[in-house]
Amino acid sequence: MSVASLKVNGRVRSVDVDPACPLLYVLRDNLELNNPRFGCGVGQCGACTVLVDNKVVRSCRLTVGEAIGKEIITLEGLESGGKPHPVQAAFIAEQTFQCGYCLNGWVMTAKALLDINPSPSDAEMRTAFENLVCRCGSHVGIFAAVRRASQSAKRSA
Amino acid sequence: MAPKNTVSRREFVKDAGGLLIGFSLADSAVLPRVLAAASPETVTAPPANRLDSWLRIDKDGIVHVFTGKPEIGMGVGTAYAQIIAEELDVAVDRVQLVMGDTGSTANQGGVGGSTSIMLGAKPLRNAAANARYVLTQLASKRLGVPVSELEIADGVISVKGRAKDDASARVSYADLASAGDLNDALKVSGEGFSLNISGMGRPKDPFTYTIVGKPAPRTDLPPKILGQFKYVTDVRVPGMLHGRVVRPSGVGATFVSMDETSAKAIPGFVKTVVKGNFVGVVAEREWAAIQAAKALKVTWTPPKQAFPEQKDLYKYMRSATPKASATTRNFGDAAAVLSSGAKKVEASYEFPFQSHATMGPGCAVADVHKDGITTVWSGGQKPHDLQKGFAELLRVPLDTVRVVWVEDAGSYGRPGFEDAAADAVLLSEAVGKPVRVQWMREDMTAWGTKGPAVICDLAAALDAQGEATAVQFTSRAFSGGETHFRPDAAGNYLGAQLTGIPNTTGVDEFAQWGAEAPPYAFQNVLATSHVVPAFYDSASPLRTTHLRDPEGPATSFAVESFMDEIAAATGVDPIEFRLKHLDEDRANAVLTAAAKKAGWDARPSPKKSMGAGDIATGRGVGLSTRNGTYVGTIAEVEVNRKTGAVRVTRFVCAHDCGLIINPEALRTTIEANLIQSLGRSLKEEVTFDRSNVTSVDWKTYPVARASDVPDRVEVVLIDHPDLPSSGAGEPSSRATAAAIANAIFDATGARVRQAPLTPARVKAALDNIRST
Repeated sequence: MSVASLKVNGRVRSVDVDPACPLLYVLRDNLELNNPRFGCGVGQCGACTVLVDNKVVRSCRLTVGEAIGKEIITLEGLESGGKPHPVQAAFIAEQTFQCGYCLNGWVMTAKALLDINPSPSDAEMRTAFENLVCRCGSHVGIFAAVRRASQSAKRSA
Repeated sequence: MAPKNTVSRREFVKDAGGLLIGFSLADSAVLPRVLAAASPETVTAPPANRLDSWLRIDKDGIVHVFTGKPEIGMGVGTAYAQIIAEELDVAVDRVQLVMGDTGSTANQGGVGGSTSIMLGAKPLRNAAANARYVLTQLASKRLGVPVSELEIADGVISVKGRAKDDASARVSYADLASAGDLNDALKVSGEGFSLNISGMGRPKDPFTYTIVGKPAPRTDLPPKILGQFKYVTDVRVPGMLHGRVVRPSGVGATFVSMDETSAKAIPGFVKTVVKGNFVGVVAEREWAAIQAAKALKVTWTPPKQAFPEQKDLYKYMRSATPKASATTRNFGDAAAVLSSGAKKVEASYEFPFQSHATMGPGCAVADVHKDGITTVWSGGQKPHDLQKGFAELLRVPLDTVRVVWVEDAGSYGRPGFEDAAADAVLLSEAVGKPVRVQWMREDMTAWGTKGPAVICDLAAALDAQGEATAVQFTSRAFSGGETHFRPDAAGNYLGAQLTGIPNTTGVDEFAQWGAEAPPYAFQNVLATSHVVPAFYDSASPLRTTHLRDPEGPATSFAVESFMDEIAAATGVDPIEFRLKHLDEDRANAVLTAAAKKAGWDARPSPKKSMGAGDIATGRGVGLSTRNGTYVGTIAEVEVNRKTGAVRVTRFVCAHDCGLIINPEALRTTIEANLIQSLGRSLKEEVTFDRSNVTSVDWKTYPVARASDVPDRVEVVLIDHPDLPSSGAGEPSSRATAAAIANAIFDATGARVRQAPLTPARVKAALDNIRST
């Protein structure tokens, strides 16, 4: 065990953990951040997605050691000034998701996608999302929410 | 025995001074959804004949509703809130629900069979109607006018025609509720799913509804999307440890010995638990538990070679002596007509084992106190059954076990959340502390329960005019209830079976003509169903139970494909053929509505001009009739003739489930069912070797992904305020496989009769036409 300093959602947090521990368990178990979720532990579903230096990362596949010194954002950290992120607002408006257990991966990936590509085509969206699982099958609403977020970004630009 | 550290419901109510009264529920009834141990009311279900067991109004006018039906991700909680708000004339956001806590909700049998609205909403609607009745009576006394001169708006009862600011002519629910005992004696009927109540209050006429039937945003979605929601995976109780299970090396393998050295070296290791063949580890942190489970070296006896080679599965099912058989329909003399030398159409359809493969592997927290109150937090669909099963597992009285349902990932039946909770119970019992267990992915996909494999053989006789006059249906399926869908006995749970407790509660559940597929009428019908015996009677990773619409998708794949085959053989349009043999207005209406929306090209299949390119296109239909719900699904597909790959480009689904409560949530549920069942139709198949399930993750058990999603998914809702609501959770997943198979046939003339409709199977069917 050793003490690691992690920058999570803008705050520096100290945790006493094995540096080889996947970031997911530290976020959930030590820092009590619930939204990175355990889905598979092998990087196949995306439920544990976080942003590390603005890139989508599977927190089950990144060790704490590798995350030190980097900017980690979880779903909890997307809102600003008490206001939902526009991507979150779009998902709410579209009433997307059934159980919602997977939504962390979709919302975080959608945010990262729109950051680099504000108007993704249908094909680009499918490519960006291909490595995510939604077992309930809420994909129609997910696509609609990303289109809505893209449109609203254009309107406010 | 009187639970320790607990206030009985009677004392709680007495202390609060009345029933529908002005006390804050913030600490006692709402919080238990997540953290009940601090302030439990009672452990067992409250009496159903009391109004306050169902509904209470607090001093702020919030309507608290207590239901034994949990939310499993389809928005039923919001629909309940609409139903209550409608009867009481309050805004939807004034209604708050407590769901599935055995200490504060009546036993409504939990979730199952798409009955949450159809049956489960009835006592809630009646409770609200009775509350309205009692409150109106009180207001009449208070305001000194007859009930007929009162009106209600937004939780305030006022005298008709009096000024809005005239305080002497108005009284709020909250004020009345503070006044004292408003309880009303209720009559109770039925039990479980059918539990209902009635009293003096009568529900409104559905044609006067202003809230029910209108789109209402799902109340659970904003907190989920904003990251504020707590699932069962997020329950933390003081002193909680983390557990992981270590399963046998294969079916029937028994524990020989273990070497704990490496596990014990992991910082935070607490204990290894061995009970028969049940093995688990407990540690202070989750990661330590995972590492310890991996490090633990267990020696097992060689597993049994209990399963056939996967390629021989259907051969095995045909040759096995049935465990049970039933003739479910017998009109006329189908066997005689079929053997009379008439022209015949014959086909066999095969559907594999499928996995619930829930998004979140099973998770639960158990805090076992064998001399006090045990609390278990679980997302299983049937909390009151779990309470009974865990009491038996712990050999303690029922009234010392409280199960608090907290939402988990979508469960789609009895996926193994129940088994994970039993694992937590066993581990907590062993270490004397609260233990949280979450399964690893392979525990869920490989060792979770399975939907049964099903074979249906069909034959039809055609007369000289080309009319189908006789149909014979024979199914062979593993039981949908080998692991009982009601998890109310210790032997029901995988972990308990590993400790040596036998599963004595399984039932024979058949794949049936007319129940799991539309009840088409022919002059002669003979339908027989057989249950194939389980491969292994204890702790098998191929144990079968309910998975969304139990035998429906498999049986409908067969029957709805076969109707298409007869229609093709007799040169009739597939929709026209169905309507000819199913004289039901609502079936007609959904097929007609779907056809209209899709621009259905009415003609026999396959289509005449198939073109010569690599890509062939076609359209197919499937019908689902299920306990009063009617669904017509049309699929449009592209088939790659070279590779056999199928892409569904469009779904049109017309859906009639009687009275619609929340059209928006219904639409999204149907869309999701279509996509989930698309994956089940094209991709999902549990793989196994002689001793183990080899589907262990999302690569070895693929489900629908973004690239599989059709370009267009269109849902047509048909509302029937004149009819009671029927189910909507499952019916729209039933006809998808057949609609796609029928579209493949329409596009190419190739018939695929084994699910899932993989490129290899489609290619083989294409090669088969070329060679004949």
